[in-house]
Amino acid sequence: MTNHLSQKFEEIVGAGNVLASEVDRHNYAYDAAVLAPKLPALAVRPETPEALGRVVKTCNELGLPLTVRGSGTNLSGGTIPSEGGVVVLTGALNKIVEINEADMYAVVQTGVVTAKFAAEVAKRGLFYPPDPGSQAVSTMGGNVAENAGGLRGLKYGVTKDYVMGMSFYDVDGELIKAGSRTVKCVTGMNLHGLMVGSEGTLGVFNEIILKLVPPPKASKAMMAIFDDLGKASETVAAIIAAKIVPATLEYMDDFTIKTVEDFAHAGLPTDAKALLLIEVDGHPAQVEDEAAEVEAICKRVGATRIQVAKDAAERNKVWEARRAALSALARVRPTTVLEDATVPRSKIPAMVGALEKIAEKYKLTIGTFGHAGDGNLHPTILTDKRDHAEFTRVEAAIDEIFDVALSLGGTLSGEHGIGTAKSKYMVKEVGQGSIMYAKRLKAALDPKNILNPGKITGA
Amino acid sequence: MSEMRQLVGLLKQIDDQLVACMRCGMCQAVCPIYAETGLEGHVARGKIALLECLADEVIKDPAGVKERLDACLLCGSCQANCPSGVKALDIFLKARAFLTGYYGLPPVKRAIFRGLLQNPKLFDTVLGVASKFQGLFTKPVNDMLGSSCARVFSDLIGGRHFAPLADKPLHDVSPARDTPRGHSGLKIAFFYGCVVDKMFPRIGEAVLKVCDHHGVGVFMPHGQACCGIPALSSGDRETFEKLVALNMKVFAEADFDVLVTPCATCTSTIKKIWPLMAEDLPATTRFQIKELSAKVKDISAFLIQDVGVTPADVAVSGEPATVTYHDPCHLKKSLGISAEPRALIGCNPRYKLKEMEGADSCCGSGGSFTLQHYDLSKRIGKRKRDNIVATGATVAATSCPACMLQIGDMLSQAGDKLAIRHPVEIYAETLAGR
Repeated sequence: MTNHLSQKFEEIVGAGNVLASEVDRHNYAYDAAVLAPKLPALAVRPETPEALGRVVKTCNELGLPLTVRGSGTNLSGGTIPSEGGVVVLTGALNKIVEINEADMYAVVQTGVVTAKFAAEVAKRGLFYPPDPGSQAVSTMGGNVAENAGGLRGLKYGVTKDYVMGMSFYDVDGELIKAGSRTVKCVTGMNLHGLMVGSEGTLGVFNEIILKLVPPPKASKAMMAIFDDLGKASETVAAIIAAKIVPATLEYMDDFTIKTVEDFAHAGLPTDAKALLLIEVDGHPAQVEDEAAEVEAICKRVGATRIQVAKDAAERNKVWEARRAALSALARVRPTTVLEDATVPRSKIPAMVGALEKIAEKYKLTIGTFGHAGDGNLHPTILTDKRDHAEFTRVEAAIDEIFDVALSLGGTLSGEHGIGTAKSKYMVKEVGQGSIMYAKRLKAALDPKNILNPGKITGA
Repeated sequence: MSEMRQLVGLLKQIDDQLVACMRCGMCQAVCPIYAETGLEGHVARGKIALLECLADEVIKDPAGVKERLDACLLCGSCQANCPSGVKALDIFLKARAFLTGYYGLPPVKRAIFRGLLQNPKLFDTVLGVASKFQGLFTKPVNDMLGSSCARVFSDLIGGRHFAPLADKPLHDVSPARDTPRGHSGLKIAFFYGCVVDKMFPRIGEAVLKVCDHHGVGVFMPHGQACCGIPALSSGDRETFEKLVALNMKVFAEADFDVLVTPCATCTSTIKKIWPLMAEDLPATTRFQIKELSAKVKDISAFLIQDVGVTPADVAVSGEPATVTYHDPCHLKKSLGISAEPRALIGCNPRYKLKEMEGADSCCGSGGSFTLQHYDLSKRIGKRKRDNIVATGATVAATSCPACMLQIGDMLSQAGDKLAIRHPVEIYAETLAGR
């Protein structure tokens, strides 16, 4: 069976680009989510857009489930294939087709790595702001399919705010075009908008047109330390109320602070209850004004210590602590479950309080850090998946985290996606009607249900 | 089948290390092999996943797993950049040993490791003869082994532009010595390593010259054995342990302050791998190994940190020569040493250091890799070569003789006219000498 299939795909992508051995199949059975692997029949690695289109068409003809995989860093199981399905690797489709400085846009193939793209853009004096935590390896196709966020969401928005258009293959292998290279475009339906965050369930991306912006001329970072979570939260609210939108506004709880200090010895006060990392950017004069104002707000509300970075080296030091957060937490226990429930920013204290109660109730260790400016927290559960009793409690805790987030007017996922990990919770947030609407849409566009089946809306 | 059970049992021993991988995939950003092939099975996450499958008996055929494991430079880039601190190198070395136990060592490797490496005198004699009959010796050893020291052999393979075996190895040029502490008040034990001994004795001579100049006593015994990494990276733990024991016999009781090597791979092996693999040995042996391994230092680190060498006061005529420095993985990623070799080069005013792009990216040599995957190794080496040449340097410097072989091969094949030097050679040039 597999041999016959391999042959079929070899005709399209060449012999070296069909991976069907036992080890290959196991290698494409998982992603970064803490979920059980699923064994595909094979993986294919098309090297041209035409081959990509033919792969999609063939899968549809054969009724084979197809899951597109960039770097497999998804945290909600979005790149875990269907049992016996086909994994389509985008690694060979990694060309930056165009970076247009005059019109400030870029065109990329789906397999281009985010950080490499951002660096190329920066070389030309422009800026691509979305910076998901996995940017060093994540691909642009994956970022668009998941609507990836990052640290700069508050001021600069997320991936969806930069997608001007794209081309993608439908299940028949037809190349569909949407959007354009122009700032304004109302030609046809906003199909590229539909594709953003669709997690590979509606089409297979080919090329993406991305908006670029001028980079800020200056920036200033500072770290504010609090002995009370309420004060940290009040500070966030006060900064926004002062009509200042920092480029980044990051939060760390007491457990994370202690763990980071143990790990990185960055000089953080281990008795602090909360820590904010704030960076303002823009025109140098504006940056000076805003930084001074933010500092004054922190003082007024009651930060116990404020550390303003005087130069690039100090700025780096401020950020070192934040960058070390996940690493430090991940070393505490074997399994790290990284969640991303998101609430309106005013509800952060309520959310953090609830997380503390949940940790206590289920006897779990939870460290929380995240993007305070946009309410996107990362409660990180430190556990050992081999301890079945404990892992059952982890699953119960996750259920409760989502219930709390929703009760606070929040959402299941800020940036990691729904995938299979959270599809069962969808109904709680959007209701059965919305799920049925999405299912009907998918059924119309993908009648054989081959495009990443089971993701978002469930089976 | 009972052997399979045994293999599974062994893999279960490293389960705690395997489970630490959270599958985040960040290793994809730094793995030189993955950069070339883009295959999940070539990156640390993919290899660890396969080992877990094998331990859980989900994968039935270990051959495929072994093949993936062998496609690794053991450069440690993944480990150095792992957010959750997975000890990838420990895992891979142990797993290679388990799988070699399962499959047995290929006959040629068995002949080399157990017949030659374990017997330093015979090894010296054979290579001594070989240096005189290099052309003839090429065929029989072809397709042999691999691993850093084993590149002594690999470079005999046709198609490569290899540095020939030295006419006279270091241990012939410079007899064994045991000189007392001079004005520095320091004394080293000099572990020169196979590649320096047999292919680059000039590096060993530079070390001795610098030590003499700075009044550093030197204990350089004969009968030193290979550091063991070629055997261990091929999964031959038995030979590895015998080699460590041979070296312990030579060095453990001697009087010296620092065990110095001019080879990044030897330094890293003695520092990190010896104690790691000593876990199951008797407590006294383990203690001795830890004591010795705590004393090992790269030559540049020794000269800068302990001797405190400073820029030499020598006449410079004309423009200084441009030199670019390649960070060996075993020095920077494994031991965090990158400033000292540069500082040592900076001690010779006749040279000007120009950094290349990706100075710390692997040169592509690595273990049995260059033999089993010469094409891939060449592709990685070509990038290194391009980055070196782009600096316009006339000298390429690096702290690992194994990297020197690889870089020399790449430069030579491209017809580039660059000299390859060890930082200690560059510094030694400033000293009036023999």
